[in-house]
Amino acid sequence: MAFLKTVYTIWYRDLLRFLRDRTRIVSSLGQPLLFLLVFGNGLAPAVAAGMAGVDFRTFLFPGILSMAVLFTAVFSAVSIVWDREFGFLKEVLVAPVSRAAVALGKVAGGSTTALLQGLLIMLLAPLVGVRFTLPQILTLIAMMILVAATMTSFGILIAARMRSMEGFHMMMNFLLMPMFFMSGAFFPLREVPLWMEWLARVDPVTYGVDAIRQTTLQGLIPEPLLKTLILHPLEVNLIALIAFWMLFLIPAVWLFSRTE
Amino acid sequence: MNAIEVERLTRRFGDFVAVREVSFTVREGELFAFLGPNGAGKTTTINMLCTLLRPTSGTARVGGYDVVREPHAVRRRIGLVFQDPSLDDRLTAWQNLQFHAWLYGVPRSAFEERAKRLLELVELTDHAHQEVRTFSGGMKRRLELARGLLHQPKVLFLDEPTLGLDPQTRRHIWEYILRLRDTEGTTVFFTTHYMDEAEWADRIAIIDHGRIIALDTPDHLKAMIGGDVLLVQTSDDPRAVDRVREALGLEPRLTEEGVLIEAARGDQLIPRLLGVLQNGLEPPLIVHSIRLRRPSLEDVFIKLTGRAIREEEASPLEMMRLRHRLWSRR
Repeated sequence: MAFLKTVYTIWYRDLLRFLRDRTRIVSSLGQPLLFLLVFGNGLAPAVAAGMAGVDFRTFLFPGILSMAVLFTAVFSAVSIVWDREFGFLKEVLVAPVSRAAVALGKVAGGSTTALLQGLLIMLLAPLVGVRFTLPQILTLIAMMILVAATMTSFGILIAARMRSMEGFHMMMNFLLMPMFFMSGAFFPLREVPLWMEWLARVDPVTYGVDAIRQTTLQGLIPEPLLKTLILHPLEVNLIALIAFWMLFLIPAVWLFSRTE
Repeated sequence: MNAIEVERLTRRFGDFVAVREVSFTVREGELFAFLGPNGAGKTTTINMLCTLLRPTSGTARVGGYDVVREPHAVRRRIGLVFQDPSLDDRLTAWQNLQFHAWLYGVPRSAFEERAKRLLELVELTDHAHQEVRTFSGGMKRRLELARGLLHQPKVLFLDEPTLGLDPQTRRHIWEYILRLRDTEGTTVFFTTHYMDEAEWADRIAIIDHGRIIALDTPDHLKAMIGGDVLLVQTSDDPRAVDRVREALGLEPRLTEEGVLIEAARGDQLIPRLLGVLQNGLEPPLIVHSIRLRRPSLEDVFIKLTGRAIREEEASPLEMMRLRHRLWSRR
């Protein structure tokens, strides 16, 4: 009982912070909007030839959606680096509670905020001519939760032993950005060099982007066209994401429990 | 029973010994101070007592429980106020207390009444539903004090409770600490590098380079210095030191402020001091001022270590702390 209470406390704190911070909610829409409108419109004519009849902005939208979920999840997890020294987490870590419960609460909290962020981005869909049906929305929510949980766990794993914000910038440049660019969020992963293809295969983000993209574009573009844009069947993406999640979650909880 | 029992507690970081074979006991209900310069091992000690850091060797018992073998039992019995704020400043004061109560398993029925009473004690009742980021540094500290006592701990640990606050707020915070100690009857263990703050304690342990070099009541510590302290400023302090040593057989100390001389009867020493400093020296010494005062803890520290308590260079954590303070200033 005390274990669940701790998970709930940590989760509820993250949720409360997100909901209270109106300015963050509004400003967090700025960057995706910028990417979608400027990047999307700017590149659409240039890449039109390679897209085989799919509007680049439509193609880009699920990528932007993935980006929002991915970065919100990782940032929420990595915030434990300063939260541990100067924030509420320090208070949590001296309380008579299980560290594993704290880590799980953080995964739940990060995932929830990332999901809420994703839902906000979905409100921008009409701008690029994307419409959702109810089953699509439900599948997307499930996929976003999975991507968010995987990436929050990844963030905690990285942050568990990190002692300074310098380490954080390092991780951003050498891990997170490559993971994101390699995932095919901004361009189709067809006809890329073999090394990129292989890197994309070991990149958890690829599976998330692919799942979110095929769910979004289902029914929006002709089936044969869709087939050329997707990499794996949805089930494969699902299994890969769960595998990556466990691969990150278990050592993350273990490492977090053992930090002094 | 003793609230804290520490025996030969040691902590190494690689080759560096942060705390070296420290032993002491704190009685129940006592206000106990750990006084020393930055980097002396104060925070390392407090972190070991709070189960945040494992000792390299030695034992410590807090509230009757071993900090290594029974960390959860210890955690339930202690309250903690850190050097750096550990409140969620996006939440209200009341929400911060609520989260604390959940983490410490304070029953809902007891929580409301206790939270109200503690907020009243630290005079934050009117701000209970305000976001903490609108609070001043002093208000945040007061809220942390109230929070630290919410689960009725046996021992309250305060790590530099007034660091970064202005002198007036510091005084204020001490009034609250004393009031809380009196009404709640909690044992209070605090660290500080402010001499005047250590004076509030029932007993003081002076720590330097990881060792306790003196442990006694403030009065007894000051009695280590025989009588009065004279501070003399001259045109050439090093020469004045030599002269006083040779002519009067005393043990003067050279400090940045001037020449420090201990004397049983300071008032009677002044004429003799003037005599030896102003006569018989070539070139002559000019005496700018002589000050006579009762010994302070600062004098005790200088006598024990040969230097004054001073800020030391910033560690990486210190840098992050500074940056964070600049950052969070609005």
